[in-house]
Amino acid sequence: MNEHLKPSVLDQPNSYVGKTVRRPNAKRLVQGQGTFVDDIELPRMVHLAFHRSSFAHAKIVSIDTQGALAMPGVVGVFTMDDIREVITPWVGVLDHLKGIKSAEQWPLANGKVFWQGEPVVAVAAVSRALAEDAAEQIFVEYEELTPVTDMSTALAPDTPVIHPELGDNLCFHRVVDSGDVDAAFADAAAVVEDTLHFNRHTGVAMEPRSIICDYRTAEGELTLYMSVQCPHMSKNIFAKHLGIDENKVRVICKDVGGSFGLKIHTYSDEMAAGAIAVVLGRPVKFIADRLESFVTDIHARDHLVKARAAFNSRGELLAIDMDDLTGVGPYSVYPRTSGIELNQVVNLTGGPYKHTSYRADGKVVFQNKNVMCQYRGVGHPIAVAVGEHLMDLGARKLAMDPVAVRRNSFIPDDAYPYTSPSGSIYERQSHHQCMDKLIEIMDYAGLRSEQARMRDRKTYRGIGFASLIEVTNPSPAFYGVGGARIASQDGCTIRLDPTGGITATTGVTEQGQGTETIIAQVAATAVGVPIEQVRVLTGDTEIVPYGGGTWASRGAGIGGEAALQAGKALKANILDLAAAILQAKPDQLDVRGGAVVDLATGNERMPLSELGRIAYFRGDTLPEGVQPELVATRHYTQRQFPFVFTNAAHACHLEVDVETGLVNLLNYWVVEDCGRVINPKLVAEQTRGGVVQGLGPALYEECLYSQEGQLLNGSLADYLVPMAAEMPDIVVDHIETPTGTSELGAKGVGEAGTAGAPAAVMNAINDALGPFGVTLTHMPFTPDKILKGLGKA
Amino acid sequence: MKPTPFEYVRAGSLGEVLSVLEERGDEAKVLAGGQSLIPTMNMRFAAPEVLIDISNVAEFRGIEVRDDVLRIGAMCRHVEVLNAPEVAKHAPLIAMAMPSIAHATIRNRGTFGGSLCHADPAAELPACVLALDARFNIHGKTGPRSVCAQDFFLGTYMTCLADDEVLISVDVPTANPENVFFFDEVARRKGDYAIAGLASQATVRDGIIADARLVFFAVSEVAIRADRAELALQGVPLENIDAEAICGAIADTITPFDDLTTSSAAKLTMMQVLTRRALETFASQGVAV
Amino acid sequence: MTSPIAITIRVNGEPASRAVEPRLSLADFLRAEGYTGTHLGCEHGVCGACTVRVEGRTARGCLTLAIQCDGLEVETIEGATGNGRVADLQEAFIENNALQCGFCTPGMLLTADELLQDTLSPSRTEIREHLSGNYCRCTGYQSIVDAVEQVARKRAERS
Repeated sequence: MNEHLKPSVLDQPNSYVGKTVRRPNAKRLVQGQGTFVDDIELPRMVHLAFHRSSFAHAKIVSIDTQGALAMPGVVGVFTMDDIREVITPWVGVLDHLKGIKSAEQWPLANGKVFWQGEPVVAVAAVSRALAEDAAEQIFVEYEELTPVTDMSTALAPDTPVIHPELGDNLCFHRVVDSGDVDAAFADAAAVVEDTLHFNRHTGVAMEPRSIICDYRTAEGELTLYMSVQCPHMSKNIFAKHLGIDENKVRVICKDVGGSFGLKIHTYSDEMAAGAIAVVLGRPVKFIADRLESFVTDIHARDHLVKARAAFNSRGELLAIDMDDLTGVGPYSVYPRTSGIELNQVVNLTGGPYKHTSYRADGKVVFQNKNVMCQYRGVGHPIAVAVGEHLMDLGARKLAMDPVAVRRNSFIPDDAYPYTSPSGSIYERQSHHQCMDKLIEIMDYAGLRSEQARMRDRKTYRGIGFASLIEVTNPSPAFYGVGGARIASQDGCTIRLDPTGGITATTGVTEQGQGTETIIAQVAATAVGVPIEQVRVLTGDTEIVPYGGGTWASRGAGIGGEAALQAGKALKANILDLAAAILQAKPDQLDVRGGAVVDLATGNERMPLSELGRIAYFRGDTLPEGVQPELVATRHYTQRQFPFVFTNAAHACHLEVDVETGLVNLLNYWVVEDCGRVINPKLVAEQTRGGVVQGLGPALYEECLYSQEGQLLNGSLADYLVPMAAEMPDIVVDHIETPTGTSELGAKGVGEAGTAGAPAAVMNAINDALGPFGVTLTHMPFTPDKILKGLGKA
Repeated sequence: MKPTPFEYVRAGSLGEVLSVLEERGDEAKVLAGGQSLIPTMNMRFAAPEVLIDISNVAEFRGIEVRDDVLRIGAMCRHVEVLNAPEVAKHAPLIAMAMPSIAHATIRNRGTFGGSLCHADPAAELPACVLALDARFNIHGKTGPRSVCAQDFFLGTYMTCLADDEVLISVDVPTANPENVFFFDEVARRKGDYAIAGLASQATVRDGIIADARLVFFAVSEVAIRADRAELALQGVPLENIDAEAICGAIADTITPFDDLTTSSAAKLTMMQVLTRRALETFASQGVAV
Repeated sequence: MTSPIAITIRVNGEPASRAVEPRLSLADFLRAEGYTGTHLGCEHGVCGACTVRVEGRTARGCLTLAIQCDGLEVETIEGATGNGRVADLQEAFIENNALQCGFCTPGMLLTADELLQDTLSPSRTEIREHLSGNYCRCTGYQSIVDAVEQVARKRAERS
């Protein structure tokens, strides 16, 4: 029996781990009583609006702010020169991404503009409306420069270099060459290849990016109310670049209206807000409106991939060889860099499979479009779509079922730990089990026979699969080793209150995914109190232990383990104290249901409220030398592996209307292995939401740019996100393979849905169009592209 | 974003609407439901100096049937039109189109006249009123005038309304038992503006198509009649409809514009698919007439 | 005049009187009055986060001017919570985890409530179509549909 499967506190009858419990913060939100940043009003607060560049690439000849300064309600108008003394520029590189380079980025345009939407001048006024009125009176003379928009020619000798000081437009280049790729292809029974286009899209959190910077001149203290995923990272960055002692910067993150990775980066306009708050010495609010969100929130996934795969005659994958090219806008985004997505594509393509030869050549180039950086799933949707498309092509070429080719190629479930040809180490995966369960719950055989019957009636349905691995529970190898002050560890402090309830503070954050509920479940279980008596606080850097927040699907796995260990430590302290009071031995006692009980019989010895009363108010009655310590803090760093991988199998069932090119999603299934499931409902909902966020870019979402670098569909009316009517019901099931890296055994689940959905949709569409010999690989799969594929347009 | 500043007049009478329009000319905009106007103002694409709210003016309200005309007030909200038994009975084509117009909450406030005056090329209602040969009752400083649908729409977001004129109501000829209707559109998401749409009315007499109107939307600057296809259908017995010839006539006469994500060729294919569906509807429902 | 004009809107049964610029949206008016459960997600009428009820029917708070509502009754999520009208929906949303970040939720609840007012037993397809004017970026919608369906069934049983 594995160490982590021994009976533990988690398996007690009164454990909340593994159960669906309600989210304690949901009631507030359904009543509209959340506190989002824009709900906060501070005395003397001013509101920012920006004059943003209308050109993708231009030199600034002159800026006329006189008219704006004279407008009603204006408190200040700021160009880069007006804030230069209080803020330093930043460069988005990491030491461990060898050779990555980027240019210095400033909060406001510093002589040149590099993308349409870049902030050039900021207006502070007593209302947002007045700030906008004044921003319209700013006149900037631009001298247009040639925009670099097409990533495929960004490195061509005759293409202008966006940042001359960098020498060329190459941001990052990575090559992996493992095994003997050429030999594998030479010996293959089947070789397949294709080119795939992944569309630039963006996060569209319902709550736009929001910040209030409250700088108090007397103390030199900066309080930031932010809609953000990583409060401690933000604290560090604002302190560093505004030259403020980090101890004097506080980040308060209350409710966050969705984030999905986009609220994890350094944004020029938010940094400008910080600088202006310092200059003005009064609170500054900036709420990105939806139009500016589209041209400033990070974009993601603009990739062009040429890939080929070799199979033997049994349908076993032998090798993958691929080139990936991605254009990331004019800067590598700080501090996580815009090299990570490509890095993930290179690391993860073909992840579920046992091939030993792998070559990948990935290039990241600069261009004059909005910046691209990490968004939910980071690289996974591309890696999975490339790999799973190749698997389907292989199956087709070998006239085998796509499921059979996958099963023949999976890493065996008993082969772990396993090192992939890209160098990733997998602790333990369950691809076969997931696929077996998937086939069962979707009734694969039934669907195939229905498909055949429907085809006879000229109705074209398709079934698409995607097996995948996902990076979760990262170690410091993700960012820390590269020099970024982004914590991969997290902490939790749990305090027994005099009432007998507990208060837990944690460095992981809540964006709606249910972090606070997960921490409450683990803490209640570890200490032994009813969950109703647990209060969880997140998101305030002056309250919570130092931690990394929400990224790379780490909240439950890392934050949860810290909570478990803190809870156990507190419980030990409680038992020590109870033993002293009750004249018993600590190992004869336990804490259950909010009371100290006799371990053997379960009989109540003392409610925690009584223990709390004595500890906090009647210390005089305690035996000599007994000092109650009813608070415990524990931290957790996962350092056994660079990441703890999860795995999943997805299937999509859809119908293509071959007359109109419309795709009708019929069903979707996911079998997910995220290790120990702490709250089945929350896991299912993370998966469903994630799947829909992957269905969006497969069918609707894309940031369309003109040749000149103008975003053509930058409003919510023109940029299509999934709506209720078109989305299918999604069946979610589980295989549980707990990680041995922690006692809790939980891995992450936030991004896996997004990782698999585009691949499953693409494969299903191509399956549906099989009778026509049509294969589509350019997302999103619009009616236009489908009709073109069918020769009808 | 917030709109630029403007003045607001809540008109108490038609006279007041007209006098503000006369005085302020193109600085003024009539505010009906605001569901198309306010978004463009919030994006600062439009910046009228004065809005004239007509929601309290009786002349713009109400749905009524008089003789063989169904009159729909310009201020009638989509939800009223959707639920009106008179519309379902006398203008089934409009009733068929209503659920495709945006979403329920928008339909609560958006108005029949506002949608027509906005003249979005991808909107459903202009095509419907063109197919139904409706007349537009307009009032200006020189008094009332009436124009047919064909003359009302001039281009993308452009109508024949002069700066000092306002649309009062629309008169739709009531359906008769010989009429057969078809409405359908191709849209990527429910409630979106269409990629291509077809509103159609045919008159079937003794199994023969006496008259047909095929009006496409979202394919050109204004909703457009497929004249030659309509002509080709005239006098054709239902059992002899040559769908391919009709589709060919459409391809010969209409070149749809491209939009951001759909090529002209794809739109044409969709138009032909919609046409075949319409002709099948005529053939099947016309027999019952 | 573009300068402020005094208006009174009955918000959740209580008069709210202020001088407003004509350009002030109903959503901004309500938020300034402290009804911050009305959220602004796009300000062009697409996302539905600002949905409130005006004279009993849902309306986009961002596409309605405060001044248009002078003398009218407006209900926000705070009012619908206070009078208990959406209590069953709120309970079902919590039970089904039909919300994650909660930003879209007030608008979603008021829209769902209107559907159930108009349609006694809507199908899942009808629920999905009706809610399509309200964006949710977190849930993928299924749990919201589940919650609304559950309440529809319960309300139908009661009536």
